[in-house]
Amino acid sequence: MDPASILLGGFASGMVLFIVSVGLSVTMGLMGFVNLAHGGFAMLGGYVIVLAMKHWGLSFVPALALAFFAIAAFSVVLERLLYSRLYRAQELDQVLFTIGLVFVMTAAVTLGVGPETQVIRLPDWLRGQTDLGFMTYRTYSLALIVAGTLLVIALWLGFERTRYGARIRAAVDNRRMAQSLGIDVGRLFTVAFALGSGLAAVGGGLGAEILGLDPNYPLRYLVYFLIVVAVGGLGKVTGVFFAAILIGVLDFVLKIYFPKGGTIFIYALTLILLLARPHGLFGKRGT
Amino acid sequence: MRISKAFKLGLVAASFAAVAATAQAQTVKVGVVLPYSGVGAEFAQQVDRGMQVFMKLNPNAFGPYKVELIKRDSKNPSGAEAKTAVQELITQEKVDILTGFIYSPDAIASASLFTEAKKPAVIMNAGTAWITNLSPMIARVSFSMWHAGHAMGEASVKNLKAKTAVVGYSDFPPGRDSLDAFKRAFEANGGKVIDAIPMGGPGQVPDFTPFFQRAKDRKPDVFFVFVPSGDHAVAVMKTYNALGMRQAGIKLVGPGDLTPDYKLQGMGDDAVGLITAHHYNADLDNAHNKRFVETWKKDYGANATPDFMAVQGYDGMAAIAHAVVAMKGRMDPEGTMNALKGWKFDSPRGPISIDPATRDIVMNEYLSEVVKQGGRLVQKNIGVITAVKDMCKELKEGKCK
Repeated sequence: MDPASILLGGFASGMVLFIVSVGLSVTMGLMGFVNLAHGGFAMLGGYVIVLAMKHWGLSFVPALALAFFAIAAFSVVLERLLYSRLYRAQELDQVLFTIGLVFVMTAAVTLGVGPETQVIRLPDWLRGQTDLGFMTYRTYSLALIVAGTLLVIALWLGFERTRYGARIRAAVDNRRMAQSLGIDVGRLFTVAFALGSGLAAVGGGLGAEILGLDPNYPLRYLVYFLIVVAVGGLGKVTGVFFAAILIGVLDFVLKIYFPKGGTIFIYALTLILLLARPHGLFGKRGT
Repeated sequence: MRISKAFKLGLVAASFAAVAATAQAQTVKVGVVLPYSGVGAEFAQQVDRGMQVFMKLNPNAFGPYKVELIKRDSKNPSGAEAKTAVQELITQEKVDILTGFIYSPDAIASASLFTEAKKPAVIMNAGTAWITNLSPMIARVSFSMWHAGHAMGEASVKNLKAKTAVVGYSDFPPGRDSLDAFKRAFEANGGKVIDAIPMGGPGQVPDFTPFFQRAKDRKPDVFFVFVPSGDHAVAVMKTYNALGMRQAGIKLVGPGDLTPDYKLQGMGDDAVGLITAHHYNADLDNAHNKRFVETWKKDYGANATPDFMAVQGYDGMAAIAHAVVAMKGRMDPEGTMNALKGWKFDSPRGPISIDPATRDIVMNEYLSEVVKQGGRLVQKNIGVITAVKDMCKELKEGKCK
């Protein structure tokens, strides 16, 4: 079998994992909030895209941008009204609250739009095959690889090289100290939360071609989000990136050669990786 | 003493009479088990609407008898929730007859309950061939995977002149059944199945890319795919086109699960050229079907379309109505089963009947090709095999003995 096409396929499936999970790494890793409703924001983002394309005739890329801002804004409302009350609560309370939120979102979408899967019509330039010179491959997979790479670079620069990123990291490491230095931690977390949710929305839209989009999306893929973030190490955007690629490629290759295994590989891999490195591939020890 | 004894006797007699009277006026309770929520919610909607349309178009089908539908959600395809629902319907709701059952595991898990409790069950979808062998209380109005799988295996050689095939299937009982059915017919006609790829389960739509990549690398003439209808089918069409398998000269074929009528327009040009064998599509040209589709669109919107599951819900209700009238509203289990055996009906899918020997359906299989006509995708009829029985039981294959 053609190794180049296998590698590209694996990279693309890793990128999907990265794009849909990275937002969770921001909220859960940086803010320490167990946000199981992450997939809910991803789903809502996908629906914003579908409805905007269908009713307002928006094309795919502007619809993605719209979803980012719409969901970011929506999440700020939720964050101020609900999430912020639970920042200091126990993890179990956070889990119960966010799972409840997922049920509400699923029911609301089922009621408002219907139980059926939504299809996002990709623009023609993202469909079909692209000739790379040495081989032809699925255009959308290539686009995902490019989008994922750009995203990780942008996030890395944002967190590691800007003042805002430094503030967020400071607030995560020592909230009280950061506050006494005059950093408005509450506002910072609102912004970080909006960013995480906006990224979820973009992930929901970009990943829909591969993962589909329907009201059960948030719970169906919850395990994947958690796996990628856990293996990558909490709060490490680059860690999540490499973890997603590693899992994506291995899962893809194993599925080609041992299709009987089905979804077992992704779980087995996670088990082995976390046994070897309980804090994730790139996580800090002892935190 | 004497008076009071007579009085007591009279009281007892009166209460017996009262019981008998309620029994006569009793409505027939039908337990409906469908995945109203979760990954199969759209299937449940199709079947449920099919049942509604039958009641609407045939208000007198039940004669003077009243029928009450008691609906339960079987949620995910594992079978466990369906079994719990069946148990509850039998013990708590005391239903007379059960129906529904989208996923094979739902019917398989519940079969022993039908036998133990002596409750007739009319299967409205679950297509694993040997399900009807699991209990004498089962009658099936839907299909067996062998109906379409076997027909497609034969047509692939005879009509499409294919010599080699790869089979991709969702890895659960009906998927393995489809593989066996296609392989048996394809190889009996001189073809060769060069690879069989299990492609994840029915619970969630996998990314089909790695599996299709493997199929593409084998370079077969036809790629036969069975996946649950609905979202799986949409993903199959997408992946097939995105990987350029059509350009590589590999024809995609399968049972009609690949072309759910209500998703066909959404598949766009990706679906053009797809060839399926199936017992129903909304474009079938007969008077009964025209009326069925027309009513559907009137009730559920111009963009709504019934698919094969809808027609199975419709026919299932027709079968139950027949049994209720034949039994005069008293649903004695053996009598009900005898009434269902040999039942004949003029369905929107053409003439159907229940084979008295196997309690499985006998019906036409249509070979169709997706073509574009006036900006719409339609399924063009390119062949028909009439009065097809479940070939698995006819040939006594594997578990169908």
